[in-house]
Amino acid sequence: MSTASGSGGGGGRPLVALAGNPNVGKTTLFNALTGSRARVGNYPGVTVEKRLGELRLEGVGPVDLLDVPGTYSLVARTGEEQVALQAMVGLGTERRPDVVVVCVDATALVRGLYLVLQLLELGLPVLVALTMSDEAGAAAADPELLAQRLGCPVVPLSAPRKEGLTELTAAIARRLADGAAAPRWHWTPSRSLEEAIVRVRAALPPEWPANDAMALWALMSLDSAGDDELERIPPALRAAVEIEAQEAPAIDDEAIRARYRWLDAQVGPLVKTAPDRRLSEQVDRVLIHPVGGLFLFLFIMFVIFQALFAGAEPIIGLIEQLFLTLGSGLKRALPAGLLADLLADGVVAGVGAVVVFLPQILLLFFFLGLLEDSGYMARVAYLMDRIMRSMNLHGRAFVPILSGFACAVPAIMATRTMERRRDRLLTMMVVPLTTCSARLPVYTLIIASLFPSQRVLGVLPTGGLLMVFMYAFGIVMALLAALVLSHVIKPLKARRLPFVIELPPYRLPRGRDVLHMMWERSRLFLTEAGRVIVVCSVVLWALTSFPREPAQPSRDYQALASSAASDEDRTELEQAKEAERIQQSYAGRLGQAIEPAIAPLGFDWKIGIGLIGAFAAREVFVSTMGIIYGAGSDVDEQSLGLRDRVRAERRADGSPVYTPLVGLTLMIFFALSCQCMSTLAVVRRETGSYRWPLFLFAYMTVLAWTVSLAVYQGGRALGFH
Amino acid sequence: MSLLEVPHRTTVIVDEVAGDRAFRRRIMEMGLVPGTAVRIIAVAPLGDPLTLELRSSRVSIRKREAALVRVRT
Repeated sequence: MSTASGSGGGGGRPLVALAGNPNVGKTTLFNALTGSRARVGNYPGVTVEKRLGELRLEGVGPVDLLDVPGTYSLVARTGEEQVALQAMVGLGTERRPDVVVVCVDATALVRGLYLVLQLLELGLPVLVALTMSDEAGAAAADPELLAQRLGCPVVPLSAPRKEGLTELTAAIARRLADGAAAPRWHWTPSRSLEEAIVRVRAALPPEWPANDAMALWALMSLDSAGDDELERIPPALRAAVEIEAQEAPAIDDEAIRARYRWLDAQVGPLVKTAPDRRLSEQVDRVLIHPVGGLFLFLFIMFVIFQALFAGAEPIIGLIEQLFLTLGSGLKRALPAGLLADLLADGVVAGVGAVVVFLPQILLLFFFLGLLEDSGYMARVAYLMDRIMRSMNLHGRAFVPILSGFACAVPAIMATRTMERRRDRLLTMMVVPLTTCSARLPVYTLIIASLFPSQRVLGVLPTGGLLMVFMYAFGIVMALLAALVLSHVIKPLKARRLPFVIELPPYRLPRGRDVLHMMWERSRLFLTEAGRVIVVCSVVLWALTSFPREPAQPSRDYQALASSAASDEDRTELEQAKEAERIQQSYAGRLGQAIEPAIAPLGFDWKIGIGLIGAFAAREVFVSTMGIIYGAGSDVDEQSLGLRDRVRAERRADGSPVYTPLVGLTLMIFFALSCQCMSTLAVVRRETGSYRWPLFLFAYMTVLAWTVSLAVYQGGRALGFH
Repeated sequence: MSLLEVPHRTTVIVDEVAGDRAFRRRIMEMGLVPGTAVRIIAVAPLGDPLTLELRSSRVSIRKREAALVRVRT
């Protein structure tokens, strides 16, 4: 890790870092200070988001405000935990901040100040912002006294009443003017620790701050034998720390206990009474009650699920209508031809394909905001931990996986709520296996066409049973995949990371913050994932639209059309021509090219075209098959016409293309394959690389193909066809 | 005795935190140092994890790790 070009003075604006424990109102403060504008990016190499905003200070002008990920301590064990350190100290690619504002919850003062002590030891220019001062009320510590004892300014804040913001910005401006600070230790290391520090200090890389605190950090963070996952630690430093490895637990003990000793002695007495947590306690009595809590939890999850699954439907329908109208309006306005089609069916449809996700994204993040800010999300992790853990998933993965049953796109974005990258990645990789609502039209078409009115045991309709089976299949495969992937894929391996989770006190979510987050997430989705989706949309449109006339039409459609007897005949001719056109399009050729690969699954090349088209969105399979079979493009899974044609399709040898076995295989293929460009687009956005979407696509395709093969060939072997 | 052996809602004092380095560091930095008062206030539906009250905040840890915290009354 090397320091990037100095502090704000050198060619940039002053940089103020905003740090602190998780759940202390840091994000609320960040929003209040910067307004609704923040640039969101990624810290290089990790999936931790970097939020940078602008703050205007009196007499100083605009400064950069960096939202540092919440942390309890600078000591790090993984690359992700290192990010907070790098951001606060100015290591690696990060600029050194000119001021570090640490948000400390006034109701959890001692613990929050632990981080401050570490920063003071490092000699960073620190300023403490006491959040939740209103909650602490009369029992709150005297900020003046606290500032005196700590050796840095302390500003009390009260979010609901916006008190303290002006004082805070003034204090930041003053601290900026004061300039650099010197290391300040509130405890004295023992002889042996001091000696170890000196030895390690000699091995610190030149670009790091050359002080005792950094050496202590290395002693406490680096594990022997490289057990940690820290990045860019020079071998010389590792070697130096390795020598002290035996004393590591004693060093941890000494430093941590010494800090708390000071805090308990100097800060503890300043807090007159413990905060009143009775309300939170009572609420928790119900909410995490072994029985009642679970029921309440299931109820809340059900509400969320229903909202996503059904509640968003009307708005989604409206949006689809809107874009269809836009498209046809465009077609009417422009002269008929390539440009009109490109714009209407390619671009407008593409943009529509992006916007149509907004209702669910907004809705899901609305709920996530409420869950997170109220503190309930931590309880979700707590309640679900035991179950999820057996699949190597994190308790917090529950909500994303549940939302996956409505749609994987917002679900993947929701993995944001998990702190660890490995947990996030694993969840992202399995969410697409849950039975999303886009698969339903495909299942409905197949079940209705091929498994009509049989009944199992004379009572249960086969169709209904099959549907339930597909749902169960989806969830079972998702959980199995989590288990297998977590054992096999290195970055997803279950690590025995310590499970220590804070359950924050219940607080009323702040509407403003929730709205702000909803907006930010949607904006990121629209711009970053949206780009990819529109491009893919246009490409798929092109594949199925060119050549624009059937290359080798089987009849003279022109002549037949002019001599057609009725409108019905004309429409039939149109549809037949369309069918030939798509069969001979590039997508058609592609379908024929992949036929050898899908033939062992019982699929023919026409289904192949459908699979290609379905990449835009799974439900597009239905309309694509509609065109291919000459039923027209505006059919859906309810169309009787389409069902008839599906049943009527014949292979070259006269046998039906669609048998119940083929239908089942096709459904299973859809269940397991990743046919959704939007899913891949969001995975790319959330992981910041192409590696993971590629992996997702690859493993799901292999899985789908293998299982479908087993089902089809197995079925044949058992005598079905 | 270990934290697990303590009846719920009884306050005890931490004597020593055993276990692997990662856990010790983490839980101690959150304030569970020898001499601190702690008590178990809840257990999740399937018996794991537990909720502790520590320095006026709530922390959840696994049973397996709670067993490694030695306490005294």
